[in-house]
Amino acid sequence: MSEPVVAVSGLTKHFPVRRGFLQRQVATVRAVDGVTLSIAPGETLCLVGESGCGKSTVGRLILRLMQSTAGTIHLRGTDVTHLGDAAMRPHRRHAQMVFQDPYSSLNPRLTVGTIVAEPLENYGDLNAAGRTEKVAALLDRVGLRADAMRRYAFEFSGGQRQRLGIARALALDPGLIVADEAVSALDVSVQAQVLNLLMDLQEERNIAYLFISHDLGVVEHIGHRIAVMYLGEIVEIAPKSALFATPLHPYTQALIAAAPIADPRARSERIVLEGDLPSPMNPPAGCRFHTRCPVAIARCRSEAPVLRVRHEGHAVACHLIG
Amino acid sequence: MEEPVLDVRDLRTHFFTQDGVTRAVDGLSFTIAPGETLGIVGESGCGKSVTALSILRLLPAGLGRTVGGSITFGGRDLLTLDEAEMRRIRGDRIAMVFQEPMTSLNPVLTVGEQIAEAVMIHQSKSKSEAWARAAEMLTLVRIPDAARRVHDYPHQFSGGMRQRVMIAIALSCHPQLLIADEPTTALDVTIQAQILKLMLELKGRIGAAILLITHDLGVVAETCQRVIVMYAGRKVEEAPVEELFDRPLHPYTRGLMGSIPRHRPGIAPSRRLQEIPGIVPNLRAPVAGCAFAPRCPQATPRCAAEAPPLRRDATGHEVSCWEASP
Repeated sequence: MSEPVVAVSGLTKHFPVRRGFLQRQVATVRAVDGVTLSIAPGETLCLVGESGCGKSTVGRLILRLMQSTAGTIHLRGTDVTHLGDAAMRPHRRHAQMVFQDPYSSLNPRLTVGTIVAEPLENYGDLNAAGRTEKVAALLDRVGLRADAMRRYAFEFSGGQRQRLGIARALALDPGLIVADEAVSALDVSVQAQVLNLLMDLQEERNIAYLFISHDLGVVEHIGHRIAVMYLGEIVEIAPKSALFATPLHPYTQALIAAAPIADPRARSERIVLEGDLPSPMNPPAGCRFHTRCPVAIARCRSEAPVLRVRHEGHAVACHLIG
Repeated sequence: MEEPVLDVRDLRTHFFTQDGVTRAVDGLSFTIAPGETLGIVGESGCGKSVTALSILRLLPAGLGRTVGGSITFGGRDLLTLDEAEMRRIRGDRIAMVFQEPMTSLNPVLTVGEQIAEAVMIHQSKSKSEAWARAAEMLTLVRIPDAARRVHDYPHQFSGGMRQRVMIAIALSCHPQLLIADEPTTALDVTIQAQILKLMLELKGRIGAAILLITHDLGVVAETCQRVIVMYAGRKVEEAPVEELFDRPLHPYTRGLMGSIPRHRPGIAPSRRLQEIPGIVPNLRAPVAGCAFAPRCPQATPRCAAEAPPLRRDATGHEVSCWEASP
């Protein structure tokens, strides 16, 4: 098997909560707690979960936009966990990001040509004429007309802006793109356009995606493997077909059952989870899901289950799965 | 046939901006029967929320105005009422739930005060009766420990719990019509399932009709009896929910369904999603023909020139398309 584009092990991020005049630390938000995963070239790993489960934080930690509290991050075989800015720089070009809100992630005062050319300029790739040529090719590839280069981000619709964000991420020919809720803000017809584009680009360029989303439908469509997160931990990770055909963790089962299905005849008696997501500031002891789990037993309240492989590539953290 | 709760005819709501007139709602007609759940579905800018605001007469002052049509509720045209009469209906006979529970709740009043306020104003109940109703409503929407939590402020509740509070306020006066505009869009999927289930249960108990506005065809399929599909300020299709999903007629409705990644469980999605090419039209420019024609795979020259009328079959399936017949 080829070397993974990214491999993280025991990745952890704790945020201190400080209060009062002396800014004493009064609590810790355990945003990400011991996440281990790897992504092969040309593969899409989806991170799915509800708000506050830590999925976006994982993306930011991998790109070193945020320093991890513990754990290691390897990009293409190199340990980058503690690299300084200068040493990190050559690695950054291989790992790019596409954000949720295409408007706030594009500088309103720069023309589209400048925005897309900026990464090339930063890394001293190509001369001015070469850059212009490459930008034109990128814009064409993401489905925007060449005259877009002289226009500003606000002149574009949401879907077109997301195409711009993708063009910018592609400029340095990265091997990994972290897409954080990249299609969540788009209308469904436009979302389909952008998903198709992302899948075509992956086929052409063998890009790996870490695709972060709360939408199971989108995840089922674009993912090769899916990791389900709950309160900072991966509770289940599996190839897509296995996860949707035989979800093992009670949370995964509830998540799949809760997603509305566009078929009125499929209205069913579904598992509706009771209660709210607990705060990651004081995650429940034992299995973090036990407060909402319909099948929890006494052991779940005291002992945290570990993520163990049950079938090929299908791992789950639950005491009830033998 | 039973007299409808709400009868909207040829509604036209325009926005007057420096750049020109935007025809946000352009000749929309529909009715809702007592106890019925009607969905309006469409993408951003199709006019679905403006329809809700027009019914409630809550359009942004000086910017949006209903310039034509009628909205008959309880035998009277809401568009002819003065503001005081409208205030008596709003929150009492017609209640509403919006997308963002945090911005619709008053942060400096306890939730009990907010529910009691509605009851005291509309039902001329005493303060103690109103507070009793507040606690009763919070119990009804399954907020644990309701008797104590009536004294809590909105920020002490989670997003899902706040939306339950909004539903409690909306239903506190036993409305005939509940308008819910993207009530679960800001919520996580497991919480969305709770809220939708709750709304449908309470609807049965209180007997209100629901106008549910959403962009999510999945939510429509799970909750509505009848559906209107809007595009560019107009109704392009209307049908009973099973009929719409079995036999979508308008190319836009078909396109929408094809672009949902997870259409049916157990059926492997095709590798490529169906796209609707292009983007929604600019509503400032008057459209001569069908507004969807520039993006439509089946468009003919006639579609660009002449607006298709809504045609209706015996089952109540309506469609506005030259190339499709009901």
